[in-house]
Amino acid sequence: MSKPLIGVILGAVLGAIDGLTAWFTPAVRDQLFGIVFGSTIKGIIAGVAIGFFARKFHSLPIGILFGVLVGAILAWLVAFMQGGYYFQIILPGTLVGLIVGFATQKYGNTPATAN
Amino acid sequence: MRWLSDDKLNHLRSVVSEPDFSATKYTFVKELGRGGMGVVCLAEDRELDRLIAIKILNTPDITEDLRNRMIREAQIIARLEHPGIVPVHDAATLADGRMFYAMKYVRGSRLDEYAAQGASLRDRLRKFQAVCDAVAFAHAHGVIHRDLKPQNIMIGSFGEVLVLDWGVAKLLDREDRSYSSYRTYSNSDDTMEGAVIGTRNYMSPEQARGEVDQLDERADIYSLGAVLSFLLKDQPKVSKAAHAISSKATATSKEKRYSTASELSADIGRLLDAEPVSAYRENAFERTSRWVGKNRFLVLLVLAYLLMRIFLIFTSRR
Repeated sequence: MSKPLIGVILGAVLGAIDGLTAWFTPAVRDQLFGIVFGSTIKGIIAGVAIGFFARKFHSLPIGILFGVLVGAILAWLVAFMQGGYYFQIILPGTLVGLIVGFATQKYGNTPATAN
Repeated sequence: MRWLSDDKLNHLRSVVSEPDFSATKYTFVKELGRGGMGVVCLAEDRELDRLIAIKILNTPDITEDLRNRMIREAQIIARLEHPGIVPVHDAATLADGRMFYAMKYVRGSRLDEYAAQGASLRDRLRKFQAVCDAVAFAHAHGVIHRDLKPQNIMIGSFGEVLVLDWGVAKLLDREDRSYSSYRTYSNSDDTMEGAVIGTRNYMSPEQARGEVDQLDERADIYSLGAVLSFLLKDQPKVSKAAHAISSKATATSKEKRYSTASELSADIGRLLDAEPVSAYRENAFERTSRWVGKNRFLVLLVLAYLLMRIFLIFTSRR
């Protein structure tokens, strides 16, 4: 499996879980579908970016750092658009970026480069 | 009349028993070991000014035909150029008619000594895999070792693995019964001669029965399995998969063993990488624990994420 694909799958799954947890917040429960959709898309975007980064740079610490940054920035954008819940959105988003950053560095194949 | 002292007498005895290298370019240094098949000495190559190991075979009544055959085989073994196979530099005959092989002198520990020094299971398996790779290379070139045992495997000073003592190796698809017609063997760790060539504790059943024409790569695979079993002995926390690999390699019926040393090596590689091995069918629980063990950090990260999620759910409800 390629690194970007791992990033997409992991980002989508964790993003969806992230969105589904909004069900526990009664104030936004009626917007659950939109939140899950948005969160999944955010996870996929983060996964693609982190996966392609991992294909280019082979370093666990740098990969994790990049994942954290991408996760945090995307989560901040979502929170900014929502106009609130910064902590509840940025913290999990950052952690998702960290997990995807780790997983894409550790697993997945890099295509062979021609000399 | 003066009597000779014990020291002088012992010295004279050792000089008399020393191999006569006078017709060769070698100078005897000391005896390194003695087994059923012959004696191994440390010698100096005067031309190249280096130390080498020389194995002298106990075959003084050698015929011309047998001599040619053994030289031909030595030539083929010498062509086995692999980092895991000790190179044969020379093969010739001593003044007393005994054949000898000159090999690289390897400094380091034998595999049994290496294991006794407390090597970890993982290190033992890595070394064992290197042995399998070297043996697989020889098999691919039509040579079977026939005497694989920890005493014939050296771990060099830089951790390199070398399979020694190819002196009794057999070429596949060759008639070699002429020098396999007698059997003499001593204790369980000494190499036997004749139809029964090998070492009792590491010898396949077909080899022990003297079925020379039945021997193929799987005889070596049995010996490799016995070496693996030796390496697993006394080790705590040996997985069922590791024992299964050893059992499959040492199956009484050669049809049930690994068919190639590469297959055995691949299974050891999978074991080291915490992947399922072909020799053992694991249940769902074992599969899950192996996966969790292999991906411990990822599992911990996901658990941390879920805990953080639970924490956020509870804090947002207040």
